Amino acid sequence: MKILLFLVVLTVLFSSVLSLVLHCFPRVLKTTFFSLLGISGFGACIAGLSVLITHQNISYQLCSAFPGLSLQFILDPLSGFFLTIIGIIVISISWYGPGYLREYEKDKSIALMSFFTGLFVSGMYLVLLANDVFSFMVAWELMSVSSYFLVAYHHENMANCQSAFLYLLMAQVGSVLILFAFGILIKFSDSGSMNFLDLHFIKISSDWANLAFFLAFFGFGMKTGIIPLHVWLPQAHPVAPSHISALMSGVMLKIAVYGFIRFTFGILGGICCLQWGITVLIFGVISSLLGVLYALMQHNLKRLLAYHSVENIGIIFIGLGLSLIAMKTGNPLLASLGLAAALYHCINHAIFKSLLFLGAGVILQQSREHNLERMGGLIKRMPYTAWCFLIGCISISALPPFNGFISEWLIFQTAFQTSVFLKNEFVIVILIAIAASLLALTAVLAATCFVKVYGVIFLGQERTSNMSQVRDPLFGMCLAMGFLSILCLMFGIFPTIIMSLLSVISLQLIGVQLPNTLDVFWLIPITSKISSYNSIFFLIGILTIGLFSYFLIRICFKRTKISMVNPWDCGFGGINSCMQYTATAFVMPLRRIFKFTWNVIEKTEKINSDISYQLHIQDWIWQYIYIPIEYLSLDVANKLAKLQGGNIRIYLVYEFIILILLLWVVT
Amino acid sequence: MIWAITLVQTLLFIIIAPLFTGIVKWTKCKLQNRNAPSILQPYFNLNKLFRKEVLIATTTSSIFKFAPYIIFSINVFICMTVPLFFVSVFMGRVIDVIVIMGLFSLARFFLTLSGMDTGTAFGGMGASREMLISTFAEPVLLIIFFALSMVTMSTNLTMIIKYAVFHNLWLQPSIMLLAFSFILVTLAETGRVPVDNPATHLELTMIHEAMILEYSGRYLALIEWAAQIKLLLYAVLFFNLFFPLGIAQDLNWIDISFSILILILKLMAFIIAICVSESGLAKLRLFRAPYLLNLSFILGLFAVLMHIIIEVR
Repeated sequence: MKILLFLVVLTVLFSSVLSLVLHCFPRVLKTTFFSLLGISGFGACIAGLSVLITHQNISYQLCSAFPGLSLQFILDPLSGFFLTIIGIIVISISWYGPGYLREYEKDKSIALMSFFTGLFVSGMYLVLLANDVFSFMVAWELMSVSSYFLVAYHHENMANCQSAFLYLLMAQVGSVLILFAFGILIKFSDSGSMNFLDLHFIKISSDWANLAFFLAFFGFGMKTGIIPLHVWLPQAHPVAPSHISALMSGVMLKIAVYGFIRFTFGILGGICCLQWGITVLIFGVISSLLGVLYALMQHNLKRLLAYHSVENIGIIFIGLGLSLIAMKTGNPLLASLGLAAALYHCINHAIFKSLLFLGAGVILQQSREHNLERMGGLIKRMPYTAWCFLIGCISISALPPFNGFISEWLIFQTAFQTSVFLKNEFVIVILIAIAASLLALTAVLAATCFVKVYGVIFLGQERTSNMSQVRDPLFGMCLAMGFLSILCLMFGIFPTIIMSLLSVISLQLIGVQLPNTLDVFWLIPITSKISSYNSIFFLIGILTIGLFSYFLIRICFKRTKISMVNPWDCGFGGINSCMQYTATAFVMPLRRIFKFTWNVIEKTEKINSDISYQLHIQDWIWQYIYIPIEYLSLDVANKLAKLQGGNIRIYLVYEFIILILLLWVVT
Repeated sequence: MIWAITLVQTLLFIIIAPLFTGIVKWTKCKLQNRNAPSILQPYFNLNKLFRKEVLIATTTSSIFKFAPYIIFSINVFICMTVPLFFVSVFMGRVIDVIVIMGLFSLARFFLTLSGMDTGTAFGGMGASREMLISTFAEPVLLIIFFALSMVTMSTNLTMIIKYAVFHNLWLQPSIMLLAFSFILVTLAETGRVPVDNPATHLELTMIHEAMILEYSGRYLALIEWAAQIKLLLYAVLFFNLFFPLGIAQDLNWIDISFSILILILKLMAFIIAICVSESGLAKLRLFRAPYLLNLSFILGLFAVLMHIIIEVR
């Protein structure tokens, strides 16, 4: 198994180097690169699952060039689980990529894209495997910087460069915060050891622990995109190529969640304060609610999906927050349930969000259209993609029997049972009650959003002529989407299999196993007296009733005529595609009711006999938090610019002063 | 034995649902001094619709055709899991109250999609409004179930009812608040006045009818039937969760016939209440409907607080 893990990482690194060598032969390069990527993804799945099943950690130690600094790697259940997530998505990308990159063959360098994709994936593998601060940070930077180049792949467009730069900036600020958080812990460790295991046993005062926690929360939060640190997400995702968006949104955000879980549950596990749980819960609720509200107003498909990533990360953090609260208040069983729910949502979100991004990529490739308002009626042109996309939509809207529902149901269960347990702490109970109902609001808003997305893209009539050339894509791309759709269903109807794997992680981090994970069909969070769910029975039940009623009607009313007619046009004659409800119109009632969450600029003008209507909807946070920061930093930079004389002697004097100062501080 | 009871309950649900709607219409007409149609009229309507020619709009896709089956079978499946006159059901453990909420949402998801599928203004309008109402109704339902399960320590329907009967729960103030809150949600979710008006076909006011405007024949029949089942389901859920007085707990003829009798009386009371409120109230403007639901949300939160402050100690 050790060798397999080694090979997984090496294959990706090798494929990325190979792509530079083969850059003159794009066709060959594409095939070899993606097959190597697929192999490594498959290996990652096997390695990750084997750790979850056999409970045996795999560890390595590499000596580095620096004395006293060795790179330590470990594969334990937590990282094994996330490794499996990467593996699944990487496999589907390796099927999808060759078809998707077809249009890039002519005018763009596939070698560069493959090179950075390889580095990006290997960076993510290494973040999971790292067991000391040094290798963790190196891998983290590898992941951030290589993904910057992928976001900036379409650099011909100035706006894209800006989005990519914003992404890099926020990623770097985030990693500085993480570094500080680790720095505090290292300061308290006896021998200055950077090993995660040694850091777990440090003695640290609660103030420093608080500081480290909040630094890490915001540092990892930058990368996961919790509100208000999410602004890079909706900028970077629409710009990157679709399979990279799938990797970034589906996997990279989860790696940041992994970092947070490793830091809070793994390293600081013994310390845990109540306010941590409450903070995480509140940020989770805000992110999920505002994320979905911002998504509702978006008409750029990929940006909309990016905002939904913010929402789902919020849901994951709600689960983690509940788990921290339960852990602190002395109920490890509910803590492990909350953690399992959050992790379950991680893998679910990875699957359905990648599916949706791949679907969006197909639409984009075929129609060259980002804007929802110009699509329509695609279910008749690309039925296969439409059905896969429908499964993604149902899953992300948290509707049974698909996977998104299971994890949200588990989070609801954790919320109920934690508040039953904490009956005397009424402030926390009310907080949890509000959080749970806002989670329900989030779920129904997500459903609204995806009714809009699906209805406007795939149903109704075609809005522009671009839509007439759209077809189902190549086999590989269909395979990738089909694979992910089947996983969505499987994870929805066999939840206990996943729960038994997650139970190993909660044993590792919290020390308690989940009960009732041996049952194959019955998902029972704590006891069957409190709640139980059986999706296979329910699916069979609904299918039986549906088929029974279908055939009964077919047989009983055999002679009834079925005819196709034009839809009712109120007697005015001729329904055309302009008369359909648009995406803007669909969300208009919600825009009016929740208008305080956006910065809405609406203008109606009458020019001669035509009426022009303009609508601009801005992210409120961007305007009130980031623009002031931008102006402030420009202002400060302008003032500091006076120091910049351009004369080398003056610079040397500065350097001298700084050295003196530093020496004075150190001694 | 219990599966036989469950089967009987499910069939009863499906069969009496049109009758229930018929009685509602009949009572309403009587209250408003109009000539009432027969209470069996919904059956005649369903029969007519099933036999009629089916017209399908050319703009639609296959989603339009099988959405009615999905909606109908979801509603029938929920009937299999909700206790009607006997407290335990065969499929009771398969799903709990939150899954029932999820199933209603799934049905609504397909209903709104089929509205969007017609490619007309009406379909989209109805879909948009339906999602708006449900946006405000679902968090309320969740807070109600949250509070209820805090009191009864379970989300399983049978467990909740058993606990409620055993502890005489309907006398507690928090449960009374929840019951009132649930009534408001029921009105919104089943498309009754003051949120939606099931009797109108005016494009400015309609929600549910706008979505299903293009449906005809058997598809329309399935959707109407499903809506009738949903109304009955909500009524039964209301009584069995908040006033489960008299529901049979043992399998003997006396208990069961008593339970059925009580249930009929309860449903009659429900019908009269709904008809009085529909005759007395006017339909709210669309943008006023959220106020109503926000009110019931706040009541739900109060119920949680009340439970913690008064009843726990």
